[in-house]
Amino acid sequence: MTIDSIINGIVLDHIQVGKSMEIYRVLELSKLDCSVAIIKNVSSKKAGQKDIIKIDSLIDINLDVLGYIDPGITVNIVKNGEIVEKRKLSLPDMVTGVIKCKNPRCITSVEQELPHVFRLTDREKGVYRCIYCEAKAKGEA
Amino acid sequence: MKDLISITDLSIEELQELIDTAEDIIANPEKYGDKCKRKKLATLFFEPSTRTRLSFEAAMLELGGAVIGFSEASSSSASKGESVADTALTISCYADIIAMRHPKEGAPLVAAKAAGIPVINAGDGGHNHPTQTLTDLLTIYREKGRLNNLKIGFCGDLKFGRTVHSLISAMSRYEGNSFVLISPEELKIPGYIKKDVLIKNEISFVETDNWENLPELDILYMTRVQRERFFNEADYLRLRDVFILTMDKLANAKDDLCIMHPLPRVNEIERAVDSDKRACYFKQVLNGKFIRMALILRLLGIE
Repeated sequence: MTIDSIINGIVLDHIQVGKSMEIYRVLELSKLDCSVAIIKNVSSKKAGQKDIIKIDSLIDINLDVLGYIDPGITVNIVKNGEIVEKRKLSLPDMVTGVIKCKNPRCITSVEQELPHVFRLTDREKGVYRCIYCEAKAKGEA
Repeated sequence: MKDLISITDLSIEELQELIDTAEDIIANPEKYGDKCKRKKLATLFFEPSTRTRLSFEAAMLELGGAVIGFSEASSSSASKGESVADTALTISCYADIIAMRHPKEGAPLVAAKAAGIPVINAGDGGHNHPTQTLTDLLTIYREKGRLNNLKIGFCGDLKFGRTVHSLISAMSRYEGNSFVLISPEELKIPGYIKKDVLIKNEISFVETDNWENLPELDILYMTRVQRERFFNEADYLRLRDVFILTMDKLANAKDDLCIMHPLPRVNEIERAVDSDKRACYFKQVLNGKFIRMALILRLLGIE
């Protein structure tokens, strides 16, 4: 299978297998006009298998959101056909509007306009808690 | 520190400063009578809690300040659908400091982010109630002269009682404290408090369903088993009556045991105990006012 290389754009590499569709959805890549390739189950020396997303444009990507979904991703910035920058991700200290608080007793359950903000409370275990009610984040973004 | 939302907002040093100020207020009340002259406290109580509200109001009045506010959501603009942030912004134009009680968890934090004036969390649902914990800490300090190296028993509803959870977290920050957790099986302390607070910090504790450890205790913190926590009346009545403190049981307790209770009580402490010198729960109420006075001064930046 061949996919054209990118001249100016972004390659999200080392995505955990199966996470690419979630990233596509959360980063709202469907709204882009440029070419976007989702490549699943690529062989990888490091992880056995991985997913890759190629975006044929230099868009602004919310690295916090990406780091929250999968801190193992490498973000490659490609300019004139060359990788000019490799960014490693880590779990962000705070994420806004990515995780939804599901605690019915939380103030966010009655005030619809409040942003849902989660803070990283345990980096080792990757635990995020709602800043308002301290409920633990569960499941995917 | 602009606001007090959770007891963990305060460092050990800040807690000690508040306790020292409260002690000074108790020793020299005349020094503090005009400290908050021309300042206004707004008590925004979106659910009723008479004792907490009156404690805040009494605290402000004793500092020479004034009080405005409401005592239930139906008499506020929340009943018209106003957001917590808008209410806080509006009140910021009238008052110098806010004490807020709200049934939803995190509402005081929303208010604090919006308001230009200090906000004190006076209880947000079953989540935080930091001024109750401050009250408890001041009481322990006044009765024992220290906050470390104490054996503290908690008895009753340890599952839902947020005052118990906060006090355990707060006392776990001091060296040498250990806990005896006395409750029926159904009302044992939640797993996350055990794991994240006690086990993580290597704090010694025992869980029991009887009174055999009572003779070792320095503090006994009694709690109410709340009717609204139960699905059926029979379970409530059975559990409510299991752990009642009586004068007979106290025969084996230390002479200087300090018996505490966040109040109101139902029947978990026999009335006869009230006249025992070890009963500290009404002193605790009074301490609640003094520590709130200290907190108001601190948040308003008044020396």
